Amino acid sequence: MLEIDINWIDSKYPGLLAVAKEFILGQEPMSPEPVIILKSEGIRVVVPFLISSGERPMTTMVDLFAFDYLKSKLDMPERFAVVYQFANLMENRRIFLKVYLDEDKPEVDSIHDLVRAANWFEREAWDLYGVVFRGHPNLVRILCHQDFEGHPLRKDYPANQFQRLKSSTSSQGL
Amino acid sequence: MLESSTGKALESIAPTPSKYMRLNLGPSHPATHGTLRIFVELEGELIRGMKLEIGYLHRCFEKMAETHPWNQVIPFTDRLNYVSAMMNNVGYVMAVEKLLGIEVTKRCQRIRLIMCELSRIVDHLVCIGTNAVDVGALTCFWYFFRERENIYDLFEAVCGARLTTAFTRVGGLYKDIPDGWVEWCGRVLENLPRTIDDVDGLLTNNRIWIDRTRGVAPISPELALEYGFTGPCLRATGIAYDIRRVNPYYEYGNFEWDVVTETGGDTYARYLVRMQEMRQSLRILKQALKDIPEGSVNVDDWSITLPPKEDVYNSIEGLMAHFKLIMHGIRPPMGEVYSATEAANGELGFYIRSEEEGAPFRCRVRPPCFAIYQAFPEMLMGQTVSDAVAALGSLNIVAGELDR
Repeated sequence: MLEIDINWIDSKYPGLLAVAKEFILGQEPMSPEPVIILKSEGIRVVVPFLISSGERPMTTMVDLFAFDYLKSKLDMPERFAVVYQFANLMENRRIFLKVYLDEDKPEVDSIHDLVRAANWFEREAWDLYGVVFRGHPNLVRILCHQDFEGHPLRKDYPANQFQRLKSSTSSQGL
Repeated sequence: MLESSTGKALESIAPTPSKYMRLNLGPSHPATHGTLRIFVELEGELIRGMKLEIGYLHRCFEKMAETHPWNQVIPFTDRLNYVSAMMNNVGYVMAVEKLLGIEVTKRCQRIRLIMCELSRIVDHLVCIGTNAVDVGALTCFWYFFRERENIYDLFEAVCGARLTTAFTRVGGLYKDIPDGWVEWCGRVLENLPRTIDDVDGLLTNNRIWIDRTRGVAPISPELALEYGFTGPCLRATGIAYDIRRVNPYYEYGNFEWDVVTETGGDTYARYLVRMQEMRQSLRILKQALKDIPEGSVNVDDWSITLPPKEDVYNSIEGLMAHFKLIMHGIRPPMGEVYSATEAANGELGFYIRSEEEGAPFRCRVRPPCFAIYQAFPEMLMGQTVSDAVAALGSLNIVAGELDR
């Protein structure tokens, strides 16, 4: 289902194929946006290239978030995915990277040391989806309470489920 | 002692005794304008360490969006940046319309644009007004909030609500604007330049204001880009990025207006950018209020927008379309789209996946505040506690949008 349009990638991101050909699996067929699907081990090869590739680097990591395809109608490659959005704001060029992650072990390398913005976004993806970012210095919950059990945005977490707070205060990490 | 009421770990300040004094700003503090917790380590007045805790206003917007019909997500978007709800309404429906592959009518586009610019003015009025209060200048606050009330009256006239507007619908609007609204809007806007000038006169060359804001919490353009800044905070560093100009939607490309930039990236520059942006919004509004296109505000497709009541009561097709839409809702085709608009704080993006169901499969919001607030500790290092208060107001962190 995943096809690589080499000409398309080469015209938009010259040099990317030379650097990361073995990691590129294809394009997201469902999206009109330029979404490139990567092997998860390629993220720390592709991101440094994007943010420092010659005269036309991507200046900003606009967004990073996770997906849970558990109840998808389509046959997805894996249950989880993480989507990265990089942009060169002034030139209005954007690129989306999608990394599919295994259901039992949703892990991908952290890029917090490459892009400062990634720190909180990775924490959020961990909090809400349970995606582990290897090497993140402080992978703790950011939006939910520390005693929260489970990951609320996963498709198998019922939307109407409540949790009783066990402790009112905590000083972990302080 | 240093306990967190939501129990979340604040990054990692060592629990060992420190030579610095530790202090909580917030979570409930007049200067945070929302529930944000800032935990600082002080050496005298100087900030030597800072950790942030967010999440106090987390309502899991994205989960709720997955369990509600497409059109019923719109009221939730009001509660993101609740100061300028109209812009969130527009940002969300634009993404869904992109999924559906439809373009709304010219009249609808124009009215949405007017609402967006009015909201931008309100947002900046509130931001500057409260920022001035935080550093002790109460007069500007009253001046600006008077204008804000007038604009909220305009919103109330079109949709019945002042803050939580829920004005847009996928494929159109809740209602057309009432008779005489355009003239009324024109009268409200006539007063605004004078108010802006008044506050300009009170603040821009005010020695106390300059002392409190110039050089406070500066950020370099490179760092701002790396942190994902957008909106006025990025333009205050000298980078002229505005989605309305770089990737124009609706009629922004046809109107005459300038992208405002300042240099320095400090609190003063952010203030100047917002002041001038209000004037630019007024320029856009002046052009937009003329020759509003005639016609319907809803697309002519009964599988997306509700049919007129005459058709519902008098024809079987109208009744069926109404019933289908109320019972089953719209069903955008399979796909994933990203759509971004220039909200008052910066780039408000929606990444939505549809699986032809009655509700979104995934609705991701890219909030501008989240990226901006992350840089706060780095901007404040070595500055004073009072600087933190002045800077926080100028970043315009809205907890509803930050925590979603």
